[in-house]
Amino acid sequence: MSTVKYWQAVNSALHEELERDENVHLFGEDVGAPGGPFAATRGLRERFGEWRVRDTPISESTFTGMAVGAAMAGLRPVAEVMYFDFITLAMDQLVNQAAKMSYMSDGAFAVPLTIRTLCGGHRGSGPQHSQSLEGWLAAVPGLKVVWGGTPSDAKGLLKAAIRDDDPVVVIESLSLWTRRGDVPDDADHTVPIGAGLIRRPGTDVTLVCWGDTVPAALDAAEALAERGVDAEVLDLRTLSPLDEALILRSLHKTGRIVVVQDAQGPCSVGSEVVRIAATDGFADLRAPAAQVRPPFAPVPFAPDLERAYYPQAADAVAAALDTIERTRA
Amino acid sequence: MTVTTRAPDTAQRLYRTMARIRQFEIAASKLMATGKLPGTLHVSIGQEAVAAGVCDVLRRADHITTTHRGHGHCLAKGGEPKAMMAELLGRASGYCGGRSGSMHIADPSAGILGANAIVGAGIPIALGGAFAAARQGRNGVAVAFFGEGAVAQGVFHESLNLAALWQLPMVFVCENNRYVELTPVSMHLAAKHVADHAAPYGIPSARVDGNDVFAVRDAAGEAVERARQGGGPTLLECETYRWHGHFEGDPQRYRDAAEVAEWKAADPLKRLAESVETATAIDGEARKEMADAVAAAEAEPLAAADSVTAHVYRRPVRPVRGGVPE
Repeated sequence: MSTVKYWQAVNSALHEELERDENVHLFGEDVGAPGGPFAATRGLRERFGEWRVRDTPISESTFTGMAVGAAMAGLRPVAEVMYFDFITLAMDQLVNQAAKMSYMSDGAFAVPLTIRTLCGGHRGSGPQHSQSLEGWLAAVPGLKVVWGGTPSDAKGLLKAAIRDDDPVVVIESLSLWTRRGDVPDDADHTVPIGAGLIRRPGTDVTLVCWGDTVPAALDAAEALAERGVDAEVLDLRTLSPLDEALILRSLHKTGRIVVVQDAQGPCSVGSEVVRIAATDGFADLRAPAAQVRPPFAPVPFAPDLERAYYPQAADAVAAALDTIERTRA
Repeated sequence: MTVTTRAPDTAQRLYRTMARIRQFEIAASKLMATGKLPGTLHVSIGQEAVAAGVCDVLRRADHITTTHRGHGHCLAKGGEPKAMMAELLGRASGYCGGRSGSMHIADPSAGILGANAIVGAGIPIALGGAFAAARQGRNGVAVAFFGEGAVAQGVFHESLNLAALWQLPMVFVCENNRYVELTPVSMHLAAKHVADHAAPYGIPSARVDGNDVFAVRDAAGEAVERARQGGGPTLLECETYRWHGHFEGDPQRYRDAAEVAEWKAADPLKRLAESVETATAIDGEARKEMADAVAAAEAEPLAAADSVTAHVYRRPVRPVRGGVPE
């Protein structure tokens, strides 16, 4: 076990997978010579050469499409879309091409493609560099979507994605970029796609979180403990396909569920978690399910506005206490 | 440099490819007209020389991508007419198990990285084939077939730029059939010719008579050879004409019958038939081959309803039990 920062975990995942499989190739803006806009690819071009770690022009649609074609032709490309917001430019290649190719070809083609993209929320990046668009992607059959909330998960999920035979979108958090955490030293450390994790066991209420909101949910659980409420923190880690069994198991134990999310509410992953609770989990629900989520507005820039916009730990605490108050007799 | 031969066997081979495309399209068009073919159909009658000429200089392992009007390219590249026809008719034995239809024929064994129903989308995918070819050291080449309508898409320009920057073994083949869906090309492109777009990216280009299969083959041969030798990409514009509408059933109010008649007189098959003694016999064989493909497909079972979710994922996530930290 080593203690490393989130970005270092990403960097070592890429390093190890480039080392392990010569079919792995990295594409993206500034990933080569500069070592990545945020250092995720630092040192990799020097080690693996310009063909394996390649700077692309600012052409998200085309380099994503090129990665799709290269994957169909036998490589394992990893394309970096610098900010999550920029994935909108690659949506045709991601949604109409990568996601559907296996299905459209009746399984004749696989697309072992990884798209890494960075969410810039919580750091004053403004309306076009901060969005949480995971719900869009999780709604597309054929894509897998993961988001690590710790260095260990960021690394293990990225390695699992690169080894997976389907297109996987790996979202990374710039808000967690310099946070430290323990990461296994094993070069085969992977986190299974499709598996959530109970980060903190509890009996009174389930706080569901992922990516950027993992720290807020853990902080909220601590604050709730001081008020005598034993919260369970469930980190989804994979947003498509969701670990429905884990959500239902946790709900069965606690009877209450609060989703803490940075994404806007309508049609979001959190909406889907609430749907699961309201249908298959209905018998276990002892109080209304709740979503702590931003207002239906773009992400603002000014630090005070941004803080007001994103759910904070205190909002999750209030929502959890409210579910306890509204528990059915 | 490839020296194109006009030898009788080359002419005969090219004619056979073109006749097979023509007869496949006629058979599909008839199925549509008689209500047997569901969905939408775009045929390439009149454009056969482009598919035949380009694919004649490709190896089986080379990659192509094509468009909604891609039957000809797939056949010329080695696609199986029975599996294609079965797909058009929604059969389980079709190339895509009946889940995709006419616009998505794909075949790894023939290097077909897919026809595509999104205009321009196949271009960057072919670029990926070219990148893989360059990495895999097999002197492979990738060809993107697209129409002149795709030239107005951003990915066309982005792909020219990237192919030129990285000197990828890629040939961009524009099949300019003069109509972008329901409007003439003059309403779509500011440049006089599609081939004019090569110069700003510093890549070679050629504009050829797309109804002259030898002219197409010569130009494609040169471009493919350059790509194989590490000389980078080429843009080819093949000028041709779409005999049928954008889709089968298109009332075609946007053009005169006289214009269509004029182009039909310049039929690429008729032009070549003059130098192929066995042309009539080849036509007959191709007609029979496609009739057999239709009959075989019609005898096949329809795609089963329980296959509707098959192959969404290559590796479906089994229910994985989430864990509690130790």
